[in-house]
Amino acid sequence: MAHGNANAHSHSHEGHHDLESLRSMGFWIFLMTDCILFGSLFATYIVLHANTAGGPTAHELFKMNGVIAETFILLTSSFTSGLAVLSMNQGNRKGLIGWLIVTVLLGASFITLEVTEFVDMVHEGAKISTSGFLSGFFTLVGTHGLHVSIGLCWMIALMIQIGRHGITPVTRRKVNVISLYWHFLDVVWIFVFTIVYLMGVM
Amino acid sequence: MWDSIKEFASGFFVTGDPLIYGADVAIVMTLIAVVSVLTYFKRWTWLWREWLTTVDHKRIGIMYVIASLLMLFRGGVDALLMRTQLAVPNNDFLTPEHYNAIFTTHGVIMILFMAMPLMFGLFNLVVPLQIGARDVAFPFLNSLSFWLFFWGAMLFNMSFVIGGSPDAGWLSYPPLSEMSHSPGVGQDFYIWGIQISGIGSLMTGINFIVTILKMRAPGMKLFKMPMFSWSVLSSCLTIIMAFPILTVTLALLFIDRYFGAHFFTLDGGGNPMMYINLIWMWGHPEVYIVILPGFGIVSEVVATFSRKRLFGYKSMVFALMCIAVFSFFTWAHHFFTMGSGADVNIFFAISTMIIAIPTGVKVFNWIFTMYRGRVSFPTPMLWVMGLILCFVVGGMTGVMLSVAPADFQFHNSYFLIAHFHQVLIGGVVFSYFAGLYYWWPKVFGFKLNEKIGKWAFWLWNIGFYVCFMPQYAVGLMGMTRRVSTYGWDTGWWGMNLVSTIGGFIMGIAFLFQVWQILHSIKFMERDTTGDPWGGRTLEWSIPSPAPHYNFALTPIVDGRDPWWEEKLRRERGEAPKAQPPLEPIHMPKNSGIPFIMSFCWFLAGFGLVFNWLWIAIPGFIGVAACMLAHSFNYNTDYYIPVDEIERTEAAARGAV
Repeated sequence: MAHGNANAHSHSHEGHHDLESLRSMGFWIFLMTDCILFGSLFATYIVLHANTAGGPTAHELFKMNGVIAETFILLTSSFTSGLAVLSMNQGNRKGLIGWLIVTVLLGASFITLEVTEFVDMVHEGAKISTSGFLSGFFTLVGTHGLHVSIGLCWMIALMIQIGRHGITPVTRRKVNVISLYWHFLDVVWIFVFTIVYLMGVM
Repeated sequence: MWDSIKEFASGFFVTGDPLIYGADVAIVMTLIAVVSVLTYFKRWTWLWREWLTTVDHKRIGIMYVIASLLMLFRGGVDALLMRTQLAVPNNDFLTPEHYNAIFTTHGVIMILFMAMPLMFGLFNLVVPLQIGARDVAFPFLNSLSFWLFFWGAMLFNMSFVIGGSPDAGWLSYPPLSEMSHSPGVGQDFYIWGIQISGIGSLMTGINFIVTILKMRAPGMKLFKMPMFSWSVLSSCLTIIMAFPILTVTLALLFIDRYFGAHFFTLDGGGNPMMYINLIWMWGHPEVYIVILPGFGIVSEVVATFSRKRLFGYKSMVFALMCIAVFSFFTWAHHFFTMGSGADVNIFFAISTMIIAIPTGVKVFNWIFTMYRGRVSFPTPMLWVMGLILCFVVGGMTGVMLSVAPADFQFHNSYFLIAHFHQVLIGGVVFSYFAGLYYWWPKVFGFKLNEKIGKWAFWLWNIGFYVCFMPQYAVGLMGMTRRVSTYGWDTGWWGMNLVSTIGGFIMGIAFLFQVWQILHSIKFMERDTTGDPWGGRTLEWSIPSPAPHYNFALTPIVDGRDPWWEEKLRRERGEAPKAQPPLEPIHMPKNSGIPFIMSFCWFLAGFGLVFNWLWIAIPGFIGVAACMLAHSFNYNTDYYIPVDEIERTEAAARGAV
């Protein structure tokens, strides 16, 4: 057993770099746990989706036009968040912030449409307390919406930080992480779209 | 005015039971004592600066251990109350309602607020030192994990005197835990106490996976890693797979209770059986989460006190990973009798029995490690011997339970109670005790008194068998769990009386351990070698207690037992390798945010328990504000200059 300084916490530049890569890895593992969280919610929805208890069924409730619009908006926002990362890699701070703003606007319109859809449903008497099916529906789709909303706040906080500090190893990692998060939410939405909406109206 | 305050207080505070009044007095006296001691010795800023805001994994580990020992006391008092009630037939020491609350809190506290934090304490105390790291991967998150556990535990324990305890069993099956059957606040305390501390556990899992995979000393390949670190890795992998399911399950139960949803209700299309599946998909892996690190501890202790390399290293690693994976395929054995059908029961019976194979491999490896070793028996090794015997018997009764048709006889009887206490006390508690005794001198710089320790060991073991062996018998005689009293005509009273005596012997054993710690703090000599047991792994190569930066120079590893091999080289008179000069060490700064953020979580949880949004909403806003404050803080670390490292090292070595 000899001693050396080839460690992650030495004060060389690579040391700092390594710390950022640790954090990225931690975030990947966090996303795996989030996958399991959504997996459990999907499982409960699938178990309960036919238990309408005399309330409205998926077929009667879902209005696909709004849902398809939501889907396109969210997929586009995933694309623009990718463009933001590309701008960052080119060292283009203005482009980075610009594309992040576009992403936030698209995300916000997605949330607006989703909230409108929920409000309409509740007005039609389809509440979370109406049936097991609707409990599963509102919880699953609502959890996804909550994730998107948190992502929006996070992105705004990040834009302020990029404005203050520019593109540094720390902000670079933070942008990479939020873009990962955003793509992940997109993938989850594709499952929501297929399993909840498409299979619901079929 | 006075009347409305009185009316509010009679609902808010638990009243009408002399035991509760006793607890009220004890809590108030303890609080007064703590506050006055801190004020008298002017220790408030010290407490805040050195402990509440610390991100040092060793201090966080110590706080985990202290908190879990306090919870062991509370859970143990619950156990003795239950045993007192059951000592004689037709006893009315506890009312049935009070008995329900006590067996519920006993289970929750022992698993989630005693075993888990004791395990996390050992992770924190040992893993970075063992893999040659300066810290864990995310020190801030580590502190946050601890404080979430702490405030979650506080919230759960408060239910005892404020609002009323949960009483639907430790896993709170619906419909018993739904609004229809538990309209009080006890269940909400249960949901939020566990939810808040569960988030902390999940983050600890992520933290230690990254720490172990990314921060090992140069040269320490995965298959050169000490067995305890391997067991932590397997346990953490299980945590990150299992705990999200718990988060979801508790959230759904909360949504049912708060928003009137129908996930698990009997009406409105809910499905209570889904809860039981979900909770055991977390709950069964959970028991492996707590035992796997115990296997790691035993492997370390056996190798050290046999003065031999661990036998069958690779098969040990393989066994750990097999258990971690199979733990996810056994959950339905908790409800063989619920009508899943023969095919499902066969699958889960066989997958349950399969776990016995890797577990058997480990037991044989420990025995073969001792074979032809120079075995000595100080207290850590004694606990290991106690564990091997106890765990093997407990494991065999587990295989008996896994036989689905036989389980229809054993189900929910005291046979089951005896079995899981045997693997949880004889496996988890005994191995963690072995670990505490083994690493104590590394953490505090002195050994615990061996003589009192041996008394404690024998009392624990004798008490254990006197308490639980009769329970196997009384279970086969038909006594079911959760009964609060029984008649003379059942013929169970003799066995129950013996069992209660055993329970009290274990209580006395715990007092011996408290005495042992106090006595050792006062009288034991400091260990100046840093290596009092003749250890094999890296943690023994540095002074005790370890300096806050752990290693002045990062060790470079070339073997499986690096410190042992280094000692052999020194004995052979080989010249030590040239060492590079010291460099400044990069360290994280302390932060008060984890404590404040967790306290905001506590407020939010408390508000939701009582349906008081005027507390819950500011609580959640506080959580969000803390997150933002942390995100905007770029001034999170500093460097320890070389001359300070030199001074610290000289002070530590100077004592040698």
